[in-house]
Amino acid sequence: MDSWNRSNRGSRLRFDGRDQSKPGGRRSGQRPKTVEIKIDNFSFGPMTLTVSPGTTVTWINNDDVPHTVVSEDTTTFKSKALDTGDKFSYTFAKPGKYPYFCSVHPKMMAEIVVQ
Amino acid sequence: MSDVTRDQIKGLHGDFSFVQISDSHIGFNKAANPDVTATLREAIAKVNALPTPPSLVLHTGDLTQLSKPDEFDILSESLKSLKTDTIFFVPGEHDVLNDNGAEFRARFGKGTQGDGWYSFDQRGIHFIGLVNVLNLRAGRLGYLGPDQLAWLKNDLAHLKSSTPIIVLAHIPLWAVYPQWGWGTDDSAEALSYLKRFGSVTVLNGHIHQTMAKVEGNITFHTACSTAFPQPQPGQADSPGPMKVPAEQLRGLLGITDVNFVRHKHTLAVVDSSLA
Repeated sequence: MDSWNRSNRGSRLRFDGRDQSKPGGRRSGQRPKTVEIKIDNFSFGPMTLTVSPGTTVTWINNDDVPHTVVSEDTTTFKSKALDTGDKFSYTFAKPGKYPYFCSVHPKMMAEIVVQ
Repeated sequence: MSDVTRDQIKGLHGDFSFVQISDSHIGFNKAANPDVTATLREAIAKVNALPTPPSLVLHTGDLTQLSKPDEFDILSESLKSLKTDTIFFVPGEHDVLNDNGAEFRARFGKGTQGDGWYSFDQRGIHFIGLVNVLNLRAGRLGYLGPDQLAWLKNDLAHLKSSTPIIVLAHIPLWAVYPQWGWGTDDSAEALSYLKRFGSVTVLNGHIHQTMAKVEGNITFHTACSTAFPQPQPGQADSPGPMKVPAEQLRGLLGITDVNFVRHKHTLAVVDSSLA
């Protein structure tokens, strides 16, 4: 097991676009469209993130080494090297599973689920 | 003149030494070492103070932190003060971040093959520089790839088994700690080509600490960084830069001096810190 991922192993976050503060749910124009993933200690957090189609995911690198965010197929999305504090965003239009990794430290793997 | 005589004459040049430096990470400026250029210069001063000037210096990668032109510039400028005939480089993953190593090869890889691998002979020793930081795959380790392996096999084919071999690569070619990516996926294939040789020394960087292992005829060795230390395998949450008290930093950085003793056909590897 990757020990630097241990703290995040199995962590999952469901992001369904509902505004929890308003009972009755989602209203057009109020749906949050951005979710952040933090890169800390050679790990993406959360490792599995579920979002609704159209959501923009933003990664921010909090480590003091550069990381990248690259889809496993290396073509769907691919960031430049992110230095400390740098961000990368991608909008997931279509439902599906999107495994990705850091191409500098390829043991760092995570997944976005769009449904 | 027969080949044997020629070899004997070459042998009369006697013992020689070279130096390995590694992981300079020019551009890094975080707490683990806010001035990596200063410590690189101290490492260079250490090399220049050696009793026997090294015939050559080998830099085993991560010259820069972010592959930026100005970082490469600072490294090149700093190394100009090294008292040695030649400097050879292999790239680390930090040197090939956004362009698959094009900038690195333009500066340090002229005349190399493929993605930057090469070999040369010096004083009867066959040196091989390998690249194992490109085309890394999800969940995997360092990677040489079939093209480089084919080249290596061919490169070694014409050599006598008595030829001493020195292999450079950034990421260790042995499984130091795969959980942290400290190993190379297809290194076993490369090492299988080296089995028939009497003396093989593999010099790596990447892990910012010295480590050694002997496996049959092959001696593996990793060098210290000139920039910042990293934790011992598994001794931290991640392999990131390790912050130590300022007065301890230079004790954990260093250079590696390698002396080739010809009549014994052995290499003596000596690590010394900047402290």
